Order: sequence, then C-alpha cells, then structure tokens
Amino acid sequence: MTEHTTSSEHKSHPLNEAAKFIRHIYWRDYVVYITFLIVFVIFSIGLADKGFLTPNNLLNIFRQTATTAVMAVAMTFVLASAEIDLSVGAVAGLASVTTALIVGQYGLWAGIIAGLMTGLLVGLLNGFLVTKIGIPSFLVTLGMQGIATGVAMWVTHTAPVPIANTTYTFIFGQGNVGLLPTLLLWTSIALIVGHICLKHTPYGRQTLATGGNETAARYSGINTKRIKYITFVIMSVTAALAGMLYAGRLRSGRFQWGQGDELSVIAAVVLGGTSLFGGKGSVVGTIFGAILIGLINNGLSLMGLESSQQMIVRGAIIIMAVALTGRKPQS
Amino acid sequence: MGSNIVEMRSITKEFNRIPVLEQVNFELRKGEVHALLGENGAGKSTLMKILCGVYQPDGGEIRIQGNPVKFDSSNESRARGIAMVFQEFSLIPSLTVAQNIFLMQEARNRFGLLDDHMDVRRALGLLQEMGVEIDPRLTVSQLSTGYRQLTEIATALSKDARILILDEPTASLTHTETLALFKLIRRLKERGISIIYISHRMEEIFQIADRITVLRDGRNVITDEIKNLTIHRVIEHILGHKAAQEVKRTGQSLDRSGRPLLEVRNLICTPAVNNISFKLHAGEVLGIAGLMGSGRTELLQAIFGIHPIKSGEVRVKGEKIKVDGAQASMCAHIALIPEDRRFQGLILTHSIRDNFVLPSITLQRLLHRNLFVDDRKGNSLADSYLRKLQIRSDSIFKEVRFLSGGNQQKVVIAKWMSTEPDILLMDEPTAGVDIGTKSEIIEMIRQLASERKGVIIVSSEINELLSVSDRILVMRKGQVSQELDRSEIHSEEKFHAILQGA
Repeated sequence: MTEHTTSSEHKSHPLNEAAKFIRHIYWRDYVVYITFLIVFVIFSIGLADKGFLTPNNLLNIFRQTATTAVMAVAMTFVLASAEIDLSVGAVAGLASVTTALIVGQYGLWAGIIAGLMTGLLVGLLNGFLVTKIGIPSFLVTLGMQGIATGVAMWVTHTAPVPIANTTYTFIFGQGNVGLLPTLLLWTSIALIVGHICLKHTPYGRQTLATGGNETAARYSGINTKRIKYITFVIMSVTAALAGMLYAGRLRSGRFQWGQGDELSVIAAVVLGGTSLFGGKGSVVGTIFGAILIGLINNGLSLMGLESSQQMIVRGAIIIMAVALTGRKPQS
Repeated sequence: MGSNIVEMRSITKEFNRIPVLEQVNFELRKGEVHALLGENGAGKSTLMKILCGVYQPDGGEIRIQGNPVKFDSSNESRARGIAMVFQEFSLIPSLTVAQNIFLMQEARNRFGLLDDHMDVRRALGLLQEMGVEIDPRLTVSQLSTGYRQLTEIATALSKDARILILDEPTASLTHTETLALFKLIRRLKERGISIIYISHRMEEIFQIADRITVLRDGRNVITDEIKNLTIHRVIEHILGHKAAQEVKRTGQSLDRSGRPLLEVRNLICTPAVNNISFKLHAGEVLGIAGLMGSGRTELLQAIFGIHPIKSGEVRVKGEKIKVDGAQASMCAHIALIPEDRRFQGLILTHSIRDNFVLPSITLQRLLHRNLFVDDRKGNSLADSYLRKLQIRSDSIFKEVRFLSGGNQQKVVIAKWMSTEPDILLMDEPTAGVDIGTKSEIIEMIRQLASERKGVIIVSSEINELLSVSDRILVMRKGQVSQELDRSEIHSEEKFHAILQGA
C-alpha cells in the first residue's frame, strides 16, 4: 500500500501539478485583482466601524475615481502603443476652465463642445509633434503640461470659474440615475467602449502591434504613425472629458482640477497589467487599478491619515505596483 | 586524450520535464575547429549554453583541461577562457571599436581616468595580430555586419579566450566577409585556440571544420573527422530517417509572352536602388543574387513601399500602383517576407494568432460588420495554417518568442500566405532555418509557382537560388548588372565568379 502511494506520487501528484500550473500562469497579469481583493477585505474588516462598507462610502469611491478611471482607459492605449502622455492632468484642468467659461456664456451644448474641442486641439498638437516632427512623446507632453496649465491660469487669472447650469452639473458629476451616480455611468461607458476597442477592433489590435514591435507592424501594412496620432487625440479628448467631470462634480472650472493626475493615471494603467514598454494592455485591469487607488485613498482617509501621509503611502504603493507588473520581459 | 581542452560527458538537461539533452558527450581538442550540427531544436544551443554557464546541466560532468568544473554563471565560464560570439550581437553601437573591445577592462592613465588613446593602441595591436583591418576609432554603428562580428571576436580574444563558440557566424556575412572570417579562424587555430562552429551551411563546414558532431533530438548521432564524410552523409545524419532531399530545379518552360504579373520600371529609391527595371511573369520564380549592400533587400522593400521611392513605377498586371506604404502594396496583392523575422516579421511577445491575423486585419478581412475583429474566423484560419505548414506548437495562442527559428519563419510565411498574394517577395526566407524546414520552404515556393503566382526570392545561398529560380538577376551597387536564365548557368562556381564581378 505504501509502495503504491510513493510510486504514484512520483508520477504526478495533484499538488505538484497545481504548483506547476501556478508557476506557468502569468501571475503578474493578475496582481491587480489579487491586490484589490486583499485590500478590500482588509478595509472591510479593519474599517467596518468607520463606515467603509456603507453603500454611500462605496459609491463615493466611484465618484472620486471616475476622472482617473476615464483617463486611465485612454492611457491604456497610449502605453500599449509604447508612448506616454504626461499632459492629461493639465488638459483636464484646461478643459474644465474652457467648459465653465463657455457654459456660463453660451449654454450647455456650447460648453460641452468647447471642452471637447480643447482636448481635440491639444491632441492634434501632441500627435503632430510626436509623429510628424518626431519629438519623443515624453518631452512633447511634458511641455504641453506646462502650456495647458499656463493657459488655464492665464484666462482665469487663477480664479475658479463657477458653473450655475444644473443640467450640466447633473450630467457631468453630481446627478444620480436611480441609485447610481452619473460618474459611475461615465466610468462604465469608458470601460465598455475601451475594452471593446482594445480587444475587438482593428484599431486596438493595431495599437498593440505598434507598441509590441513598430517595425514589424509597419511591415504588416499598419500605418503606425496614424495609429499613434489617433491615440494621442483620443487621449486628450478623454482627458478633456475628465476635466468636464471635474467641473461638474466641483461645480466650477479651475486650472488645479486634475493637476498631478497623470501619475495616478499611469500608475492605474501599469497596475492593471499594461506594459510600460508597449504591446500589452488590458482595459479591465486598468479600471481595477484606478478603483484600487481610489480604494486606498478612501481607506487611508477613513483611518485618519493626513494628506501628507496619504501621499507617502500612495507613492510606496505605486512603486510596488510597477515593481510587480511593469518590469521588462526578459527573453 | 590529454589534448582535449573541453570534455562534456553524459550531459542531461530537461525543461518542464521534457528532455532536451540526453546523455550527450562532446569533446573539443586544442586548436581544432569542431562543427556542431543538427536541426533547430536538436539541442545545440542548449549544450553550448551549458558550456557557457547560462544553464546548469541536470546531470553529467564538464572538464576543462582535465579538471572538473561547475559553472554557475557565464562569468565563471568566461574566466576559464570560454567565449561565445552571439548571433545577435552584443556590442554597444554608440561606442567605438576600441571602447567595445576593452569594455570593463579599460586602460587607465596616471590620474586613474580612462585612457582612450592607450586603448586605441592596444586595439590596433590586437586587430593587427588578428590580421583584420578596422580603424578602432570608428563607432560600431559605422561598421558593416561582418566587421562587427570580427570586433566581437576581438573582444573575446582581448579577454584571453581559449575556446570560441561561433553561432551561425556567417548568417549575415557576404562572401568576402566570410573569407576574411575563415582566414581569421585558421590563424586562431594556429595559435592553439579551439573553436566550436555552429552553422547550417554545409559547404562552409567542409571548408573550415576538422571534426563534426551531429546531434538529433537531444542525443549524439556521430562525431567524426570531416575527411571521413561527405555532405550527403552529414545531411543524412542530421535528418535521420528523413530522406535528404536533393535540391534540383526541374526545368519548366515558361510563357513570357503575355502581360507580366509585375513590372518594375526605372525604380530609384535612395540610397541603394538605382534605376532598376524588370518583369515578373505568372508562374515564375525570379532569383535575385548579389553581395551584401548590393541593394537586393532595398529593392524588395521599395516594391513593398517600406521606403518612399524617388522615381520610377511599379505595375501589377499592367496597372500602375501607388507605392506608398506597405498597405498600398498589400492591396495590389503583393506580400513581403522580410529579411529579419525577429525584428521585421514578428511581434515576439504576441501570440501566433495575433501575429497571423495582422495583415488580414489591415486588408479589412477577418472582420464582421466591418468593425470588429472576427476572432473565431481568425482562430480557425490560423489553426488550419498551423497544420498546413506543420508549425510545431501546441496552440495558436503561444507567444512566438517561444518557438524555434524555423517555426517562427513558418509563422511569418503563414501570415502572408493567408493574405493570398499573387506576388510574393521573399528576402532570405531560409536564413537560420534548419534543413528540414528549408526544404519545406523550397517546396512551398515551387508549389506557389505551379499555382501561377509570381515569386521573387533574394538569397545568399547560391545553391538555393539555383534550385528554385527560373531566372536570376545579379545586382551590383543598386543596379542589375546581369540577367541570366537558369539554363545559362552551368555550375555554382561559375555563378560565384559572376557574383564577385570577375
């Protein structure tokens, strides 16, 4: 009997098989889901008496993360194409300002169009400088960050521009449809559209191919410059949308809305399993990454940490995330 | 046995429980050139990586000059005088030749700062000793592939390497560069340096090797003096029971009176294509020969729209096409199988399927409602090509970087065959591919020709060109220097002479 068991153990022990399977799956792709689960469970237990699990608090997390989440979906495409956009936070701020100014003077639709046009303009400029002139996106968008913030400060004399239009604030931030906040709906739309685009459209495939190996993509007939151009335009328009969501939630436009968001946006994307080096991306992972960051922010403030301490913890988490998911594959 | 500088005995290695090497023996004598042969996947690279300390064997022992050794890292094997010259080069392109040779062992002046002048002098001495003429002050990016390889060997020698492993050293060298390399190898031999030479090119092995060892499926097949063997016998050993196919062109008569499938007129594409005109007819295989830098690759790339053309025109079935980006050429039913599969042909970190469907998507195929990628159709098509071309992989979702070179090349071929091109441009389609795959590719080209497709093939292997082409264009300095019908070429030697411009 004993002999029998030892020999079968040698052949294939189910535990060995399981261990082999675990070693073979790309567990890095699942870091975000595992971390999400762990953090959620810890907060649920540890912060139960502070109201973490109340529906209102949970919906608040969605409200607070909507802007980052929406931008992160577009950033997934940017990183997947092996580029970067550091101007998104500043563009959001600028769009919040232009929208607020135009909504006040010319009404709802004009304001919405003005906000989106702001993004379109910046995106066309970013895309032109990167693909036609050939300046690295890191530098182009770093410069654009300064320009966008500067313009927003200039036209408003650094003062907030209030929005009185309640239809606008309902759609872009404060409203609820049934029990669900509109901000949650915006996040959901970004998730669904982004996921389908990345996984099921030629544009998504071609973006991944461009980031994976631009030369091979070009030899396969892909106009890689056009793909990148489109990606920069989508990114900036989405950033402008996020700025409009800020404007709706905070009932005003101000250059500071979105300031510094580029870091949490990129962190959310990388945390979600998208490669910083291009060629690989997941919109679902990105959304989880964004909400995870919001979850951590929420938990830390419920714990009573000061914003300075929150920044430290957040920075440490971002570094850990990049260490776990963002390393270059070795071949 | 005292003259054996390396002895590897009963080396065993497995990956994921799949044995890659089983009880393999290998020995290297002092001052010999020992060719290591076998199909891709036979275990050659694994064996060499074990010798270099990149992998650790699961069983067996390694002796260097009679002393048992155990390498835990490549640094340890390098310290014992073993150096591998890689197929993909490990030089830093922005540094000079001298800086590369003495990287991490730079000369210092009396202030303890790096002494570049001293290193240039040392490099000159070393290169002269090797009989190689390179200016050590040039940056590596300025050198041709052949010179880069020689620099790489110089780097190894500067570290007192006694054992050199050359992996496919001539894969991207011209004939003259190859001759220079062989001269160097003979010189090193005289100095008592031992060389392990891995190559798929039989003629070279018979020129340069003293002994050969053949591996097949991770086992020893034979080790013998080269003088006891013939090319035919060696190929039989490599392939095993598979019959070694003779590469011979079965003559066929072509009707060249009708409208050509492809016509190139006065094509100029700077810098390497300078006024080229030719015609390709349906059912024809047109070979393009020429030395490295003669503009062969650039010609195919120009036709495929990779580089903007300066003037001239390309006509497909009589109609002028816009040569502007690969997509335009693809729409005219042209496909290019590029020279460098890893860099130009494939996205290594993507799956077979994702690589496979890429050109089809660009051509707006494999879509439903013209908007979404139809993965079900893509999967079944990829699956059918996997079987048709006998690509060895357990699934179409495997990342292509995990495939062997020959199978990677088949994925590139599959992805382009699936677009059903009328005109197939192939740039070195069999480079770095094992013999089995090579004859499959040759067979495929013949098959395409019999289906009335047109094929243009660029190859550095003369016998390969002679075995498939109906007609051969010889290129020199961006121009067609000669156009020969297959029937006009009587021997490989004569053709070599034409190529060299004699």
